[in-house]
Amino acid sequence: MQPTSLEQLEEEESKDSFDVDVAVTNPEKIGDGMNAYVAYKVSTRTSLAMFRSKTFSVRRRYSDFLGLYEKLSVKQSLHGCIIPPPPEKSVVGMTKVKVGMDDPSSVEFVERRRAALERYLQRVVAHPSLLQDPDVREFLEKEELPRAVSTQALSGAGFLKMINKASDAVNKMTIKMNESDTWFEDKFQEVENEEQQLRKLQAVVDSLVNHRKELCGSTAVFAKSMAMLGNSEDNTALSRALSQLAEVEDKMEQLHQEQAASDFFIFAELLADYIRLLGAVRGCFDQRVRAWQRWQEAQSTLQKKREAEAKLLWANKPDKLQQAKEEITEWEARVTQHERDFDRIGMTVRKEVLRFEKEKAKDFRSQIVKYLEAMLQSQQRLVKFWEAFLPEAKAIA
Amino acid sequence: MRSVSVDLNHDASLLIDIPDALCERDKVKFTVHTKTTLSSFQKPDFSVPRQHEDFIWLHDTLVETEDYAGLIIPPAPPKPDFESPREKMHKLGEGEATMTKEEYTKMKQELEAEYLAVFKKTVQVHEVFLQRLSSHPNLSKDRNFQIFLEYDQDLTVRRKNAKEMFGGFFKNMVKSADEVLISGIKEVDDFFEQEKTFLLDYYSKIKDSTAKAEKMTRSHKNIADDYIHISATLNSLSADDTTILFVSVQKVEGRVASDQELKLTELLRYYMRDIQAAKDLLYRRARALVDYENSNKALDKARLKSKDIPQAEEHQQQCLQKFDKLSESGKKELTSFKGRRVVAFRKNLIEMAELEIKHAKVSTVVVYLVSSGLVWSQQLVTFK
Repeated sequence: MQPTSLEQLEEEESKDSFDVDVAVTNPEKIGDGMNAYVAYKVSTRTSLAMFRSKTFSVRRRYSDFLGLYEKLSVKQSLHGCIIPPPPEKSVVGMTKVKVGMDDPSSVEFVERRRAALERYLQRVVAHPSLLQDPDVREFLEKEELPRAVSTQALSGAGFLKMINKASDAVNKMTIKMNESDTWFEDKFQEVENEEQQLRKLQAVVDSLVNHRKELCGSTAVFAKSMAMLGNSEDNTALSRALSQLAEVEDKMEQLHQEQAASDFFIFAELLADYIRLLGAVRGCFDQRVRAWQRWQEAQSTLQKKREAEAKLLWANKPDKLQQAKEEITEWEARVTQHERDFDRIGMTVRKEVLRFEKEKAKDFRSQIVKYLEAMLQSQQRLVKFWEAFLPEAKAIA
Repeated sequence: MRSVSVDLNHDASLLIDIPDALCERDKVKFTVHTKTTLSSFQKPDFSVPRQHEDFIWLHDTLVETEDYAGLIIPPAPPKPDFESPREKMHKLGEGEATMTKEEYTKMKQELEAEYLAVFKKTVQVHEVFLQRLSSHPNLSKDRNFQIFLEYDQDLTVRRKNAKEMFGGFFKNMVKSADEVLISGIKEVDDFFEQEKTFLLDYYSKIKDSTAKAEKMTRSHKNIADDYIHISATLNSLSADDTTILFVSVQKVEGRVASDQELKLTELLRYYMRDIQAAKDLLYRRARALVDYENSNKALDKARLKSKDIPQAEEHQQQCLQKFDKLSESGKKELTSFKGRRVVAFRKNLIEMAELEIKHAKVSTVVVYLVSSGLVWSQQLVTFK
């Protein structure tokens, strides 16, 4: 089977364009106590004929999203595809929500989850093969989904394991794959390195977010202290200026809060997404290795069958010989099938990785632009605050 | 580096600066340079090496000098403190194995810059201290001040002798200054009554503000450090130019923001110490008043007993004279201090606001350029 050239793969990939928009909105707490859960509105807007209408929406809960992922990751037809993973389970987060949805950390948790689920779905529908999958369509369209029970029992750690699908296959191989081209080996190594670096980066960004929150706190406290000092000051103009300074610092605190949200929701979450996604990329390499293993195993079984046939030939047992010949034919077919699968998956993996890299570059770029735009707004407001303060400072006499 | 104080080094008859300093391990050696037209000095232009302890000696001797009891003695410069960058340097050394060569070099550069900033700051506060002295009509003529500037030998011996002589009498008294004493005495003079109320209240407020400002500055520094880490990690990632540009924007933000805050913190810290010096003056005057009142009581007693009346009368007269002198000088000092403080706050608040505006405008332009560049290159990609 001739491998398609990379240029051809690129061309194919760029032809795919979609007209599906999904949004996850309106988190609503359903029920009370420990059985409570959050339902989200999943809205779809599309021009594709395969959907029941042009715009429609359904209500889904977190376990539904998880269930979708589980279904997609085991499908044979999708082997080699990079299946986007949903955000992790969080017992702590959900318990807070079950208790009450009003405090700031619950609000933040729900918003974080909502945004992550939205991105997850957007990635799913942006994938040409996944969009065609009936399970995806059902998720978007069907009024009531049967409850995904298997995900209920999964702990956070078990879930992570399912998502990461560590490349054990690579390590457990007894026969080393003889790669004619090193693309797969090199790419896999690249992916592992990148994941490591992103984790490192994530740790520092988490630290940044925390420090920014600290800054908010200490700025607010400082502003109050400045106000007190202004009250104490006996020079009238200076007293007024110090009070004004206290107000500016209050406004600065507001800016810092917004910056912290930006740091977190734009930057930190971007990193979290891509760490999960890189895990999924490793997963599809893993699947290719498994396909190779199945092919190897089939070949070795075929070999054994042939040896058995030879023995039977020598022993002259005609009826057993017939059976052996049938088995050989069966296994020859299997070997061919597995070889075809392996080649197909290889091609899929190449195509997927190419697509992933393009998407990643686009994603990072657009998120950074978003971040910078928020920063721009912030800076402009900062200028206004200080420009308003300046005449007060100059008025001191 | 601008100072937080004002009215310094305007009088050409005695100009002092610290053009140079060396850092050896824990010790900083300042080169104190004097340019003068005064005949009281042996040379018109000369330099001497001095350590931080020499400055403290000078400050303490001035505080102990009775003649200056009615003056606000400029606060002593704080000890050079390289603790923060040193600790970070140590941590960096420990973590060297876990980072790439580029990361390590970058972080080391940043720490060296921080070290340099601390160094520059300590030179500046020592310089300001001397310049406050040289600008003061009385203190600039002090004999010990002249020795400090001129004496070309090591001051260590002199320092030890001074300690033995004074035993830090006044200094200790002032240190354990009982605010009750100041607030407890019956004040006859409206001016001092107002000053007392104001200074006691203002001191506690500015002390609080200084502490809160320091905390805020530390938060900013933590953020700046995080940016350094982020940029170092991004460099190791095969990240494209966009991410690196993005981080350099952040870095500028972090550094700039912390510089601004630092200015405000320094202003507050300096005037906190200056107000303490003003309070010390009030304390000395209060003590003098107490002495006077005691001498009055002693005189009455002497008159009652008809014993030692002349001594008691003389003692009473001395106490009164001392008290009056302190009050007169103190009034002048506190009034000029008020003016000086308001001018300094004005200058620094204006500078701070202008800096904030300037930097925000610059980063607005940078951010706009970077994001435009990103949008443009993004459009290129989708066009392809």
